[in-house]
Amino acid sequence: MTALLEVEDLRVAYGKVEAVKGISFRVEEGQAVTLIGTNGAGKTTTLHTLSGLLAPSAGRIRFRGQDLAGVPAHQVVALGLAHSPEGRHIFPRLSVEENLLLGAFLRKDADGIADDTERAYVLFPRLRERRTQAAGTLSGGEQQMLAMARALMCRPRLLMLDEPSMGLSPLMMKKIMATVRELKAAGTTILLVEQNARAALALADQAYVMETGRLVLSGSGRTLLDDDSVRKAYLGEA
Amino acid sequence: MTATDVLQLLADGLVLGTMYGLIAVGYTMVYGILQIINFAHGEIYMLGGFGALFVYAWVPGLRAVSLWLALPVLLVAAVVVSVAAAVAAERFAYRPLRGAPRLAPLITAIGLSLFLQQVVFNFFTLPGGSVGVTAPVPFPQLPGEPLHLGGVTLSHAALLTLVVAALAMVVLTWFVARTRTGRAMQATAQDPKTARLMGIDTDRVIVVAFAIGALLAAVACVTQGLRLGTISYNMGFIAGLKGFTAAVLGGIGNIKGAMLGGVVLGVAEALASGLLPHLPALHMFGGSVWKDVWAFVILIVVLLIRPQGLLGERIADRA
Repeated sequence: MTALLEVEDLRVAYGKVEAVKGISFRVEEGQAVTLIGTNGAGKTTTLHTLSGLLAPSAGRIRFRGQDLAGVPAHQVVALGLAHSPEGRHIFPRLSVEENLLLGAFLRKDADGIADDTERAYVLFPRLRERRTQAAGTLSGGEQQMLAMARALMCRPRLLMLDEPSMGLSPLMMKKIMATVRELKAAGTTILLVEQNARAALALADQAYVMETGRLVLSGSGRTLLDDDSVRKAYLGEA
Repeated sequence: MTATDVLQLLADGLVLGTMYGLIAVGYTMVYGILQIINFAHGEIYMLGGFGALFVYAWVPGLRAVSLWLALPVLLVAAVVVSVAAAVAAERFAYRPLRGAPRLAPLITAIGLSLFLQQVVFNFFTLPGGSVGVTAPVPFPQLPGEPLHLGGVTLSHAALLTLVVAALAMVVLTWFVARTRTGRAMQATAQDPKTARLMGIDTDRVIVVAFAIGALLAAVACVTQGLRLGTISYNMGFIAGLKGFTAAVLGGIGNIKGAMLGGVVLGVAEALASGLLPHLPALHMFGGSVWKDVWAFVILIVVLLIRPQGLLGERIADRA
């Protein structure tokens, strides 16, 4: 049984600076996998490489059995790999609904798109209230909802979420993480990068700790929650 | 100076301005997506006129029919030449410089301008003529008497300019707002990286932006040739400058703003050259010699008051 996503000895460099220094991990179908670590550890770089925005300097990425080497970003999403980027990156001058429709840009099934738009509004009723509003006028939390909903519009086989709770109020953070749990319960495979390590580990089947471009620790979310070094470094416990 | 004279000036300015607007759209679309100023756009415009003239001069039988019948052929020829040049410029001059410092594509654009001018200057040939064009060459004229509308006189070419510009804006607005490619353009302009994550082939979107700009510029140049009666290899320089000014005036990146900027500029020029000579205090600054000065005075004043242009939005720095 091959994994949905297999990353082998991946290296990514910005010029001479290597940001990702040979990491390997897998995401199985139906799993929620999280990547935690401090700022600058290379988590976002990893996701950018997976979705084709950055080219790896070495290593292999296999998604659904297919090698992603040389596949441009706009074709990676066609394979079912959706990426909700750090900082949300909604299209500010387009309406909420236009943003959602862009998430379904490659789909041709009008009925299916209408169904999924409806599903997005059920998942996030706030977005329905604001459907004709320019996305740039939404609050941070609403923009995050929109970014997630937009990523779901391509019916992804793997949903990559980069820092979905960043910059949100504690209440909104809770809401967003609850939605991530809901999506996982509904069977969505998720790769989550999150600075809120506690929340991420609590829902992850499998977790990796990244430090300066390397994966230094791995295990189930539970195990890492109980790990002393993780508690000290990432959960703020003495 | 009667009220009718002023109306006539306004009408002339409107015609000139919509022509500038058609050029300005090309600057603004490319800038909106790539944040580069394609200074070779003036030459892309000029090439359209020469493409039309080339076909008109060399295709047998075209001169035998009424120019109204030949006009569609001329327009298609103009568009083909301009679009081909713009797409080639994008592919071979600008795309290799993606990610280079801003100054690099700017200098490339200036080089490309000179190159395209020189190609026409050295190689454009009319039947029975010598190789190359150094002086303005005659452009075919639409037959028929000018129209008189309530005291204002408009040539057929002027009317054609207005109709084409209005039509272009309606179609373009619909295209950008309603079609899949149009939405892809908006997304790419707002956030190119994220647009790729949506599955948008941003390279293709960029080509489409260049092509649409070239199409409108080509049509603008044909109307200009029809109105003025001549075209020249270096006509793109000042036209490009005016188109660029119009785009900045309207708020660069904004398509409707480009047309509005063009109209403001055209009307200002017409009034400056036609109205000022009749004003006692300012008459020495009137006339056509001064019209370009006034065009840029308007630009400077508007930018002092609204740096983002008439319809531009103040955009926060891209993260």
